[in-house]
Amino acid sequence: MCAEQTPDVSRRRAIELFLGGGLLASLASFLYPVLRYFVPPAVVDLGGDEVVAAKLGDLKPNSGKIFRFGSKPGLLILNADGSFRALSATCTHLGCTVQYRADLREIWCACHNGIYDLNGRNVSGPPPRPLTVFDVHQRGDEIVVSRKQEA
Amino acid sequence: MIAALIRWLDERLDLEGLIAPFKHKTVPRHRLTYWYFFGGITLFLFMIQVLTGILLLLYYRPGANEAYESVQYIVTRVQFGWLIRSIHAWAANLMIFTAFVHMFSVVFLKAYRKPRELTWVTGMILLFLVMGFGFSGYLLPWNTLAFFATKVGTEMAGQVPIVGKGMMIFLRGGPEVTGATLTRFFGFHVAVLPGIVTVLIAIHLFFVQRQGMSVPPKVEAEWTANPAARREMKFFPNFALRELMAWYVAMGVLGALAAFFPWNLGVKADPFISAPAGIKPEWYFLFMFQTLKLIPSKVWFVDGEVLGILGCSLAGLLWMLLPFFERDKAARTKVWVTGISIFALVYVIGMTVYGFLAN
Amino acid sequence: MASLRINVPRVTSSVLLLAGSILLAPSLYGQAVNSCLDCHSALDGPLQVTPEKFSQDIHAQKGLTCVSCHGGDASSYDPDQSMSRKAGWKGKIDRRQIPQLCGSCHSNPAYMRTYNPSLRTDQLDQYHTSMHGKRLAAGDTKVAVCTDCHSVHDLRPPSDPRSTVNPVNVAQTCSRCHSDAAYMKPYGIPTNQFASYSVSVHHEAMVVRGDLSAPTCTTCHGNHGAAPPGVDKVQNVCANCHAFQAQMYGKSSHFKAFQEKGLPGCVVCHSNHGIRMPSDAMLGTGHAGVCMKCHAPGDKCDLARSAILGNLTLLDGAIKDADQSLRLAESSGMEVSEARLAQDQARDSLTKARVTIHTFQTSLVDADIQAGMKIAAANLKAGQDAMVERNHRRIGLGICLVAIAFMLVGLWLYIKKLES
Repeated sequence: MCAEQTPDVSRRRAIELFLGGGLLASLASFLYPVLRYFVPPAVVDLGGDEVVAAKLGDLKPNSGKIFRFGSKPGLLILNADGSFRALSATCTHLGCTVQYRADLREIWCACHNGIYDLNGRNVSGPPPRPLTVFDVHQRGDEIVVSRKQEA
Repeated sequence: MIAALIRWLDERLDLEGLIAPFKHKTVPRHRLTYWYFFGGITLFLFMIQVLTGILLLLYYRPGANEAYESVQYIVTRVQFGWLIRSIHAWAANLMIFTAFVHMFSVVFLKAYRKPRELTWVTGMILLFLVMGFGFSGYLLPWNTLAFFATKVGTEMAGQVPIVGKGMMIFLRGGPEVTGATLTRFFGFHVAVLPGIVTVLIAIHLFFVQRQGMSVPPKVEAEWTANPAARREMKFFPNFALRELMAWYVAMGVLGALAAFFPWNLGVKADPFISAPAGIKPEWYFLFMFQTLKLIPSKVWFVDGEVLGILGCSLAGLLWMLLPFFERDKAARTKVWVTGISIFALVYVIGMTVYGFLAN
Repeated sequence: MASLRINVPRVTSSVLLLAGSILLAPSLYGQAVNSCLDCHSALDGPLQVTPEKFSQDIHAQKGLTCVSCHGGDASSYDPDQSMSRKAGWKGKIDRRQIPQLCGSCHSNPAYMRTYNPSLRTDQLDQYHTSMHGKRLAAGDTKVAVCTDCHSVHDLRPPSDPRSTVNPVNVAQTCSRCHSDAAYMKPYGIPTNQFASYSVSVHHEAMVVRGDLSAPTCTTCHGNHGAAPPGVDKVQNVCANCHAFQAQMYGKSSHFKAFQEKGLPGCVVCHSNHGIRMPSDAMLGTGHAGVCMKCHAPGDKCDLARSAILGNLTLLDGAIKDADQSLRLAESSGMEVSEARLAQDQARDSLTKARVTIHTFQTSLVDADIQAGMKIAAANLKAGQDAMVERNHRRIGLGICLVAIAFMLVGLWLYIKKLES
C-alpha cells in the first residue's frame, strides 16, 4: 500500500486536473457564446421592409443618393422644398441604376436615356414601367425608407 | 460548500430518500451495452434543441415578410448567432438519426417485449413527434426549399381518403401554404410539440426507471446458464459518467459540424414562382418519398399515391404494435419478427440512399 | 330566231345573289345591305373579300364601307348598278392613285378629328419626301404604297400585335420586298438587311425580350418618310437612344475624321443592320477587332487601343476575382450580401468605362476603370475578411474541442479509478 501512495496521489491530481480543468474549460467554452449571444447587436433589425437610408444633413437640397434596400439599390432624393422622396433605383428597361438629375429635376437612366418623373412615372425613352415608389419617414435624425403597405 | 448546500436541502426535502432508488439502479453489462447510450444521447440532443431553440426565439420573427430576414439577421449580425443556428439545425438532424438508431437497437436487442410494450409504444409516438418537429421546424426559415417541401409534404397528407383534405387544411392553416402556415407551424414547433413531447419523455423515462434495462435474449440465456457470468454496472456514477462522456462527444461533433458545415440560408420563399426541379424532402422522409415515387400512378383502381400513403401509415401502425405480435410461446413468430426487422432496417437505409442518388 | 346568248356573268351573279341573300338574310337582319361583300366573299383569288376578313378592318369597325373607297352602290345586287361609273364606282384603285386616295381622308385634319383627334395627318406629305414616294411620282409602280405595308381590307391599327405595321412585325413587312433579290434587282441596293437585322441585338430585344422600344426598320429610316438618314447623320439617329455614346463620339477625334472621309459614323464599327452586342474583343486584333481595320499596327492609336483593352480586361478580371472570393465565403457559411451589392457598382463602372471608349481618350476610360478597381478591390477584401473570420471560428472550435478532450480524459480516468 505504501509503495503505491505516491503514484496514487499523482494519479488523483491528474484526475482532478483533467476533470476539474476540463469541466471548467468546457463549460466556459459553452457559456461564452451563449452570453455573447444575449447581447443585442448594434444594428437593430428593422426587418426586410425598412431601412435607414440616410441621416439628416447627408443630402443637399435638390440632390439624390443611392442607398441599399434589401438586395437592390434605392434612390433617395431631397427636393428643393425640403421634402424627401424614395424610389427603386433599378431602371425598368434593362436594369441599370438610375440617378437624380438636379438640372432636369427628374430621374435619368444613363444607359438608354430613359427619364422618369419624381413620381416614378416613365415619361420618356425606353422604360416600359414606372419605378416603385417607397414611403419615407423621419425618425429623429434618421431618414427611414419603407415599402408601401399593401392593403 | 456544495456538500453543505446539499445537506441544507436534504434536511428540508429528504433528497436522500428521493435519490435512494437511483443509487441502486444497475445497468446490465455485456458486449451490447453500448447500444444503451442512444436513448440518452437522443435526450441530450433534445435538451440542446430546447436550449438553442429558446435562444433563437429571442431574435426569430414568424411571419412571411420577416422570418427569412430575421434568420439572416441571426446568422450575420447576432454574436455567435451562426453557431446557435447551425447547432440547432445539425442537432435536429442528429437527434432524428439517433432516435432511429435507438429504435432499431431496441428492435434488434428485443427490448420491446413484455413487459416493456408501453415503453415501445410511447417511444414510437415520440419518434413520430420528433419527425413532426423536423417537418415544422424546417419551414421556419421561410426559404424556397422549405416552402416547396412543406407544400409537397402537406399535399401528401391531403391524399389520405376522407380525412385528408381536412388534415391538410388544418396543417396549412388554409387551402394553400402561406404566411398562415408559417405562423401555425411556429406554434406547433415551439409550444404544442414541446409540451406533448416533454410529457411523453417523462412517461417514457418513468417506465424505463420503473422496469430497469432489458437484457437481450441471447445474453439472458448465457447468464441463466452461467449465473456467475452476469455483470452489472451501477447507473450512478459508472453508467452516468460514461453517458456524460458520450454527451461531451456529441457536443464536440455538433460544434465541429457548425463550424465546418454551417447551415445555409437559401433563397427567400416566393409563393408565386414554380417549384424548382428536384424538390425532395429532408433525408428522414426520403425513404417514404422514394417509395411513393416508385409506386405506379394507378394500381388496379386505386390511385397510386393514396395507396402509398395508406401503406406507409399502415406499416407505421403495425410497427408500433410490434410487441403485441410476438408472444413468448411461438419461436417461429420470433424468427418472423427478426426477419421483418432486418428487412425494415435494410429498406429504410436502402430507400434513403436511393432517394439521395436518384435526385 | 334571236341568238340565245346567255350572259354568263350576269346569270352567275344573279344566282349567287339569290343564294347569298337566302343564306345571309338572317345575318343581314338589322344591318345595312352590302352587296359588295355578299358577292365578293364568294369569289376566288385577289377578288375575294369575306365579311370575316373585312370585320377585322379598322375602317369597317368605324363604319366605313367598300363604297367609301371604291365608290359604287352597295344597296343593289345588280352589277350594272352596283358597279356603275355613274354611281362613282372606281373599281380596282390604280397603285399610283392609292396614296392620294388614302390621303383624301388621312390628310384632312378636320375629318380625322371626327374619328381620332390624336392621329397624325401628315403621312401623305411625309410619303412624298420618301424614296418610295419620289419613285412613285416618277412612274415606278414597284415601290411600296400605303396598302403594301398597312394591308388592305383587314387593316389593323399599329397598336394591334397582328398588324403588319406593329413594331414587332415591321421588319417582316419591309423584308417582303427588300429581301427579295429578284424584285430589288433594278435598284442595285443590298437585300441582306433583314437577314442581318434578324441576328442583331435590337431584333433580340424586340422579338425575344418583348421590348417594344427597341429599334426596327422604321425607327432609323422613318415610316412614311422612309429614306436612309444620310451618311453624315447616322450618329444623330443612334443618339436618340444611345445619347452618351453619341455625345462622346461627337466631341471625339473620330467624328471629324469620319465626316471628312464620308464614313457613316457609328456604322463603321457597329454595322447598320446586323448590330451585335458589343464586346471587348472589338478592341482586340482578332477578326472581331474594328480598330485595326483602319489603324496601322504599332502607331499611337494601336498603342492606345491596347492600353484601353488592357485596362478593361484588368477590371473585368478584378470583378471576377472578387466574385470568386465572395462565392467562396458564402459557401463557407459567411454572409457577404453587402459586398455582393457593391459588386453591382463595380460592374456599373465597367459598363461606364465601355461607354467612355467613344471619347477615344485613354485617360477618360482610365478614370472609370480606376473607380471600378477600387470597388472591386474593396469587395475582394470583404470576401477575404470573411474567410479570416471563418478561420477564427475554426480556432474557436479548436479551443472548445481541446476543452472537451480534457473533460473526456478526466472522465475516463475518474471512471477507471472508480472501477479499480
